[in-house]
Amino acid sequence: MKGIGVSPGIAIGKAFVLQRQEALMTGVLLSNETEILQEVERFDLAVNRAVHDIETLTSDRNHTLQDDELAVLETHIELLTDPQIRADIVEKIETEKKNANDALIEVIDNFVLIFESMDDEYMRGRSIDIKDISRRILGRLKGQRETAAPAFGPDTIIIAEDISPSDTITMDIKHVVGFATQAGSKTSHTAIIARSKGIPAVAGCGEALGGITTGDLIILDGSNGLVYVNPDQEIMDAYLIKRTAFRQQRAQLLALKDTQAITTDGEKITLSANISGADDMAEVFDKGGEGVGLFRTELLFMGRDSFPSEDEQFEFYKNAALQAKGKPVVVRTLDIGGDKHLPYFNLPAELNPFLGYRAIRICLDRKDLFMSQLKAILRASVFGDLKIMFPMISGLQELRQAKNILGEAKSELLRDAVAFNAGIKVGVMIEIPSAAITADILAKEADFFSIGTNDLCQYTLAVDRMNEKIAHLYDPFNPGVLRLIKNVIEQGCQNNIHVGMCGEMSSDPLATLLLLGMGLKDFSMSAAAIPAIKNIIINNSMAKAKEIQHKVMAMDSSEKIMAYLKEATQ
Amino acid sequence: MISADYIITAAEGMHARPATALVRLVKNFKSTVSLKKGDKVVKLNSLLNILSLMIKGGDTISIIVEGDDEADAAAAIDLFFNEQLKGL
Repeated sequence: MKGIGVSPGIAIGKAFVLQRQEALMTGVLLSNETEILQEVERFDLAVNRAVHDIETLTSDRNHTLQDDELAVLETHIELLTDPQIRADIVEKIETEKKNANDALIEVIDNFVLIFESMDDEYMRGRSIDIKDISRRILGRLKGQRETAAPAFGPDTIIIAEDISPSDTITMDIKHVVGFATQAGSKTSHTAIIARSKGIPAVAGCGEALGGITTGDLIILDGSNGLVYVNPDQEIMDAYLIKRTAFRQQRAQLLALKDTQAITTDGEKITLSANISGADDMAEVFDKGGEGVGLFRTELLFMGRDSFPSEDEQFEFYKNAALQAKGKPVVVRTLDIGGDKHLPYFNLPAELNPFLGYRAIRICLDRKDLFMSQLKAILRASVFGDLKIMFPMISGLQELRQAKNILGEAKSELLRDAVAFNAGIKVGVMIEIPSAAITADILAKEADFFSIGTNDLCQYTLAVDRMNEKIAHLYDPFNPGVLRLIKNVIEQGCQNNIHVGMCGEMSSDPLATLLLLGMGLKDFSMSAAAIPAIKNIIINNSMAKAKEIQHKVMAMDSSEKIMAYLKEATQ
Repeated sequence: MISADYIITAAEGMHARPATALVRLVKNFKSTVSLKKGDKVVKLNSLLNILSLMIKGGDTISIIVEGDDEADAAAAIDLFFNEQLKGL
């Protein structure tokens, strides 16, 4: 059965189906003023008792709660005593003569409906909190005490329509190895709790989950959103192996996540990530990334039929800045042309598109497009640590032109009294050989460099990396490419500007020590690659990296270089 | 009456946790405090009403404080939006 994998990992265990009492209407109507007064009192008393139940839970010393669980319970106390809910219920009791039970169900249903129709996934998920407090009051209205949580055997997989915060808090979770729910999504309570406790979970399985009974053997694949009920031996064997592999991998990842990338002789290296949108930030932090070395802005421009407005762009960059939580984000201005086309922007067919009208060349030509992007980035810069990077700069003249337009964008915002970070850092993506060779000149007028090895390699070797026939000639370890990279890093260091790398080479374990030896201090790559590179850095020294670099730069072919690096990295 | 505008600097916006803290803060004062987003105004004593405004990171909202201790209340709310919200 297929659902949404909301917390990765593999769980194998016995099902426990969590039954929930349906809230039923009674249809009772109150007959006089005295009954109405009594009913309001009865409601208030039930609320007080429900609040007391939660307070008992939070002060129970046998039951240590995590910070986020405490926060949920505090929120529930606020909801229980919410004046809006009480006012609506009292009105129903007084004017419609309903009893507290029925008034509560109707009022809660109404709020649940409002929240479930919101266009924000987080807020839709809050309906579960409202249902949760409603169950507490209903239970107290009926005079029930808090029912004791069921005891589970080892390796229990909880099967439920949905799992409420109260469930997970009162549940004896130490034997629970997995959750599968009919409803829910990545931001539902089940998902958040499961991820924070490292328990695999699958949500949104739908009605099919109803066929499971307590005691069924279950395999739950939280990475791929799969649930197997009473699987055959073949599937079981495969998953036993997968589970072991996943556990090992997770242990390694966890051990590395909060470790700083420092060499054995104390050199701190920054590992950041390449992203395409704000949504990628969660994974970046998950994998131990310290910021964003390359924010590709093309995603916003693709899959639509006209250019995004300045305001749309502002929202896009602002979200990324907010999600980065104060960590640096290098925003690369529009990089279209070459192999990236926009359906609404007609680029004439060219013989050599990679040598043609693309990236900064389009932006300098179409100043209107460039201005709106720069203004949007500047406006977003008050929400985080944004930096601007120009792609495909071939020399100083282009950098100056681009900076002039940035200056105009700033003046317009100043004139309109719009806030922006006036000191925003401006850098150059080094991916054209002429820029790499004149790094000493560019460094005088740029705040930072970031080496884009993919294009730098293809331009230096005159190899089209899309052409399969010559793909084998595309070789980042070619001595010519390495000399260019080394020059950029050295010139950056000599001129005291920050040098990073955001191309594929920065995620190649074979290149890590060599680049370290050249003096590179900032590696940016896809988030998934960070742990492996970090592992190399923390197990090696700068002294060793420098020695490797010396040897490599004296070698005359990439075959020798790669063979040597393979040996040295082991 | 004191009124002030704030930009929400927390990435997630006014989620349950910060909204709970805000409702509890306001309870310490006698003044009536309202929150305005766009053309919607709610009293700041109801968590449900705050959540239903779906306030997101980067949104601008207005706070209106009215009552005997409005100066103190406004100062506390100011501190909440400018300093504390980021840590919640």
